[in-house]
Amino acid sequence: MDLLNALVAFLNFVFIPALAYGSQLALGALGATLIYGILRFSNFAHGETMAFGTAITILLTFGLQALGITFGPLPTALIALPLAIAATALLLLGTDRLVYRFYRDAKAAPTILVIVSLGVMFIMSAITRFLVGVEDIAFADGERFVVTARGFRDWSGLEEGLAIRSTQVITVVVAGIAVALLFWFLNRTRTGKSMRAFSDNEDLALLSGINPNRVVAVTWVIVAALATTAGVLYGLDKSFKAFTYFQLLLPIFAAAVVGGLGNPLGAIAGGFVIAFSEVMVTYAWRQVVAYALPGDWAPAGLLQIMSTEYKFAVSFAILIIVLLFKPTGLFKGQSV
Amino acid sequence: MTKLLRAASALALLAGAAAAQDAAAPKIGIILGFTGPLESITPNMATGAEMAINEVNAAGGLLGQQVGVERADSTCIDAAAATAAAEGLVAGGANAIMGADCSGVTGAVLTNVAVPNGIGMISPSATSPGLSTAEDNGLFFRTAPSDARQGEILAQVLQERGVTDVALTYTNNDYGKGLADAFTTAFTAAGGTVSITVPHEDGKADYSAEVASLAASGSDVLLVAGYTDQGGRGIIQNALDTGAFETFVLPDGMIGQDIVDTLGEGLATSFGTMPGTDSPGAAAFQEIASAQSLDGTSVYAGESYDAAALIMLAMAAAGSTNGADWAAQVESVANAPGEQVLPGELGKALELIAAGTDIDYVGATAVELIGTGESAGNFRELEFKDGQIETVQFR
Repeated sequence: MDLLNALVAFLNFVFIPALAYGSQLALGALGATLIYGILRFSNFAHGETMAFGTAITILLTFGLQALGITFGPLPTALIALPLAIAATALLLLGTDRLVYRFYRDAKAAPTILVIVSLGVMFIMSAITRFLVGVEDIAFADGERFVVTARGFRDWSGLEEGLAIRSTQVITVVVAGIAVALLFWFLNRTRTGKSMRAFSDNEDLALLSGINPNRVVAVTWVIVAALATTAGVLYGLDKSFKAFTYFQLLLPIFAAAVVGGLGNPLGAIAGGFVIAFSEVMVTYAWRQVVAYALPGDWAPAGLLQIMSTEYKFAVSFAILIIVLLFKPTGLFKGQSV
Repeated sequence: MTKLLRAASALALLAGAAAAQDAAAPKIGIILGFTGPLESITPNMATGAEMAINEVNAAGGLLGQQVGVERADSTCIDAAAATAAAEGLVAGGANAIMGADCSGVTGAVLTNVAVPNGIGMISPSATSPGLSTAEDNGLFFRTAPSDARQGEILAQVLQERGVTDVALTYTNNDYGKGLADAFTTAFTAAGGTVSITVPHEDGKADYSAEVASLAASGSDVLLVAGYTDQGGRGIIQNALDTGAFETFVLPDGMIGQDIVDTLGEGLATSFGTMPGTDSPGAAAFQEIASAQSLDGTSVYAGESYDAAALIMLAMAAAGSTNGADWAAQVESVANAPGEQVLPGELGKALELIAAGTDIDYVGATAVELIGTGESAGNFRELEFKDGQIETVQFR
C-alpha cells in the first residue's frame, strides 16, 4: 500500500497534463463557439487564426529578446501577447469586411459560410507560413519548471517524481483570467448583453435597436483575443509548428460540440472532457494500481483500456454518443 | 505543293529522329520528400545525388550524352502525390529513378510507376523490411540497409550496454512499424524484454497519453523510432519534462543536429545508431562534398550519391538506358570482384567499363548489395555528449 506514490503518479502523468491541455482546448473552443452562437457558422479557419496570432507573438518575442527585454522568470511572449491580439483582431476584421460581410448581407446559408471559412483557412495558413515558415519553433523562455521531477523526488523521498512546468501553471492561470473576463463582459456590460441578445434572437435584437455591425465587430475582436491566447499558451507549453495548429481544429470542435455549440460554459466543460478522456482512457494504470494495492498484488498486465493510437477514437466516440442522446450538447447549446 | 509536302515530311522525320534521340538520353529523376516530415534532410540528399551526376557530366557524360536530372517531391507521406510526381518524371523522359525516400511512398512509386513503365529505381533511404519482398521484377535496389538489420544492431548495442528491459514507441507508418517489429524480434531472441509498445501519430497536438503509458511500463530506457522534427521529438520532450525517462535510444530517423541543439543536456545519457562507415570512401566523399559546401556526414547524403552513381555506372555497363537492361547490371557493378571505385572516381570507372574491366563500386557507404538488392549495411553507434553527435564505434 503506497497511496502517496499512486497519487503522485496519477497527478504527474494524468491530471496535470490533461488540465493544461484541457485549458488550451477550452480557450480554443470558446472562440469557435462564440462565432457559432453569434455569426452562426462553424469557423474552419479557427485553428489557423490561432496559428497566425502565435506567429505574430513569436516575431514580437524575438524582437523584444533582441532588444534585451525579457519578463524575468515568465516567458517574454506574454508581453508580446496584447500587441499580437491587436494584429490578429485587425486581420479578422479585415477578413470580415472583405469576405464574410458579403455573404452575411446576401443572407447565405450556414453551409456556404462554412465553405467560405475553409477558403479563408487556406489563405491564413499561407500567410502564417510566409511569416514564420513551416519549421518547429520553440519560443518559451524564462524559468522552465516550477517543480522538477528530480527535485520533487529528492524533497519528498517518494519513488515517483512530480513535474510542474511553469507553462502549465501559466496556461491554467491565464485561461482562468480570460474566461472570468469573458463572462464578466457577456453578463455585466451593455455590449456583452447585446451580443447575447443577438445570439438568442437576431430579429428581436435588431428590432430593439442593437447595431448588428457593432456586435459582429466586437465578436471578432474577442475571438481574436481568445484564439491568440489559446495559440500562444499551446505554443509555450509544447512548441509552435504551423501544421499542428491545423490539427488542433479537430479536438477544438469536438470540445465545442460536446459542450453545446454556442454555449460558452459548455465549451469550457467540453475542453476538459475531451482532454481528460483522451489521457485517462488510454493510460496504462498498472503503476498506479500497483502502488495502491497491498504487497505483491501488482497486476502483470498493463491495465490499459485502449491503446494510445485510439485516443482520437475516444473523442469521436464521446462526440457521437453526445450527439445521439443529447444533440444540443452537455450544456444547452444549439443543435447542429 | 509536292515540294512543300516533301519538305514537311523530311522535317517530320528529322523531328522524329530527334525525339528518339531524346528518349534514349540518360535522365535521372530525383524523387525525395522536399516537403513533409523529412524536409530538413532531403535537400542534402538531392545535392549528394546531383554531385555524382555532375561528376559524370564533367568527365564527358554517359553513352556519349550528358546526363539529365529533374527533381520531384515525394512528400514522404502521401502515396498518391508521390505516384503523380513520379509519373511526371517518367513523362518528362526520366529513365531511372533515384528515390524515393520514405518506405511507404517508395513502395507506391515502385508498384504504380517503376514496374508498369519498366524503369529501374534505387532508393537511398527506404529501409522498411517489407520492401525486401515487394514484387519488383528485379528493378528495385537500395543503398540503405533494411531496418531488419538496424533492428539487430540496436538489439546488440542494448545488450552490450546491459539493458535488458526497454519501452518502445514508433511513428505509425511503414518505417516505424518495420523497425519496431525487427527490433522486437531481435531483442526478444537475445533474451531482452520489450515492456510496452506504443505507436504515435506525427504532427499531433499532445503526447501526454503516449508518455503516460510508456512511463507506466516501469522500464528505464525508451527506444523512439520516429522522426526528429515530428512526434518523436514531442515524446522525448514530454518524457524529459515529466521525468518519465532519462535515457533514450535513437535510430536513424531520430538523429539530426537540430534535435541535439534543442534538447541538449537532456540527451546526455542517450545513444543511437545510424547508417555510416569508416571506409576510405566515406572520407573521400566528405572531401568532395565539403568542396561544394555540403556536410558529407548529413544523413543519407552518401547513400544518395551512391544511388545516383550506381544508376549511371550500370547504364554504362549495360550500354543502354532501358530499365531492365541496366537494372540487370547493378549488382555486378556494386559488388566484388573488380577494381574498387571510390567517390570522385566516377570518370575513371566509366573508362574502366568502356575498356571492359570489371568494377566494384565501393562509394561513400561501402556499398555491397545482398539478398534482393539491398545494402548489407554499416552502422555508426552514437552518443550525444555536450551537444555534439559523437561516433563511439562502427559496426
